[in-house]
Amino acid sequence: MSAPLLELKGVHTRIGAYHILHGVDFAVPEGEVTMLLGRNGAGKTTTLRTIMGLWQASAGEILFRGQRLSGMATPDIAAGGIAYVPENMGIFTDLTVKENIVLAARSARHEGELDRTRLDWIFGLFPALQKFWLYPAGKLSGGQKQMLAVARAICEPRALLLIDEPSKGLAPSIIQNLISAFRALKADRTTILLVEQNFLMAKALGDRVAVMDDGRVVHTGAMAELAADTTLQQRLLGLSLGAHQ
Amino acid sequence: MNTVVAPAAPAASAIPKASFDWKPVALLVGLMIAALPAVGSGSSWLTLTVAGLAMGMIVFIIASGLTLVFGLMDVLNFGHGVFIALGAFMATTVMGGMAVFADQGALQALAAIFCAMLVAMAVAGALGLAFERVIVRPVYGLHLKQILITMGGMIVGEEIIKVIWGPLQIALPLPAPLRGAFLIGEAAIEKYRVVAAAIGLVVFVVLAWTLARTKVGLLIRAGVQDREMVESLGYRIKRLFVGVFAAGSALAGLGGVMWGLYQQAVAPQIGAQVNVLIFIVIIIGGLGSTLGCFIGALLVGLLANYTGFLAPKVALFSNIALMVAILLWRPQGLYPVTNR
Repeated sequence: MSAPLLELKGVHTRIGAYHILHGVDFAVPEGEVTMLLGRNGAGKTTTLRTIMGLWQASAGEILFRGQRLSGMATPDIAAGGIAYVPENMGIFTDLTVKENIVLAARSARHEGELDRTRLDWIFGLFPALQKFWLYPAGKLSGGQKQMLAVARAICEPRALLLIDEPSKGLAPSIIQNLISAFRALKADRTTILLVEQNFLMAKALGDRVAVMDDGRVVHTGAMAELAADTTLQQRLLGLSLGAHQ
Repeated sequence: MNTVVAPAAPAASAIPKASFDWKPVALLVGLMIAALPAVGSGSSWLTLTVAGLAMGMIVFIIASGLTLVFGLMDVLNFGHGVFIALGAFMATTVMGGMAVFADQGALQALAAIFCAMLVAMAVAGALGLAFERVIVRPVYGLHLKQILITMGGMIVGEEIIKVIWGPLQIALPLPAPLRGAFLIGEAAIEKYRVVAAAIGLVVFVVLAWTLARTKVGLLIRAGVQDREMVESLGYRIKRLFVGVFAAGSALAGLGGVMWGLYQQAVAPQIGAQVNVLIFIVIIIGGLGSTLGCFIGALLVGLLANYTGFLAPKVALFSNIALMVAILLWRPQGLYPVTNR
């Protein structure tokens, strides 16, 4: 396992009166894809939002490249090299596809300053984005919006991608496209922390896995081990394997 | 990075076109066309239309900052009127000092007005910075407190204006070269209204260009839709908001100068009087929408002038009636901002 790029140590998060995370511990190794799995309400989204500083941890520490993120403002965390794709995709629907990308590329003031090679690479991964380049993002299909959300996260090199349930609500053919795109990112040694409910996608992409339940990490290890151990899957995720494999 | 060869550009016909919603623009044009037979006389119609457009442009200048402030940070600033009043009173001071110079010719008159506008914008913008820091910032996310404290801020501002300029109405006469009217056939078009419409159009074009073509504009438009995502992309939206608040206050100051010259008199309550009108405009336009604010302001200006001529009693509630009708048609306003 590579050295951890991101580490969570005993992270607690409270939202109003609710205590959501109860001491979350796990590490995300550099250059690998770590899957964060768990049932609905286990605290996966809260974990990503806490890493991004959208909700502040009430206890514990989050280390990114050894530096504490806890207490930092979201823009500073993002500027430090972490890209976030939220569950709702966070697309600016009134802006065009081009404008969404220009906005995500912090070093570019306009289209002409975008990294052309990288843009061509993104168009290769998601051809629909080139086709609808000047089209309002709100008019895209759900799958195309998800592609745009991921494209925004990778339009400039980022040290870590946090991606929340990219396959949610998408047709199987679109999910296959996304898996191909994530495989290309993985081959490029991009570090990804991916929240996912779709176990097929998790199996196809994950190097490491952390399973959450009730605001805690209840299992960490290699994805291949979990994929091979149906009893463990049943115990940790309640998977009915006949339905998922 | 694995470089993948980009696909060939698709045929132009295969690319769907984004459609612009023309219905609100058609409504504006339809109102003007419908007013022609109702007014009866072409010359009266032209006079009323130019007056309505000028009034609408001034209202747009004042309201544009407010709609962005609401759209960007969800802040209900009921104290926006104090910047209008401050701008108008600054104009009385600057124009008073330049009265002799301004009366020498049309260029000098325009120069004097330009100076008054610059000073008013600078002072209102600076006050806006302080207003945001002291009054608005402690109540982010608390709508009821925002309404109460910003109204309180406006009352305090009005009282300070009374201390400086006195409680009575002050005349703000137009410089001599801008008084009177151009005659086009039998239609009398007041010179100042043409100037006001031109300035309003320039402000709209600059604002629209900034929002559409610059990165700051992109950030503002994106922030109006989803503040959290803008922050997640690495931008400090609060800093952007402070800038927009100051710019909106400066625009209100500019609008105050223009409104004061339009009325040729300034009273400390001028801000409170215009406040209702600008809230109607931003609601009609769609909260956070600059284009909606522009069309809404022109609708309000035109309708006020047409009804004032045709049925003065109806003019008293024409703006409210317009708002009700628009909201029945489009409950989110003429150009709703999605994600809100």
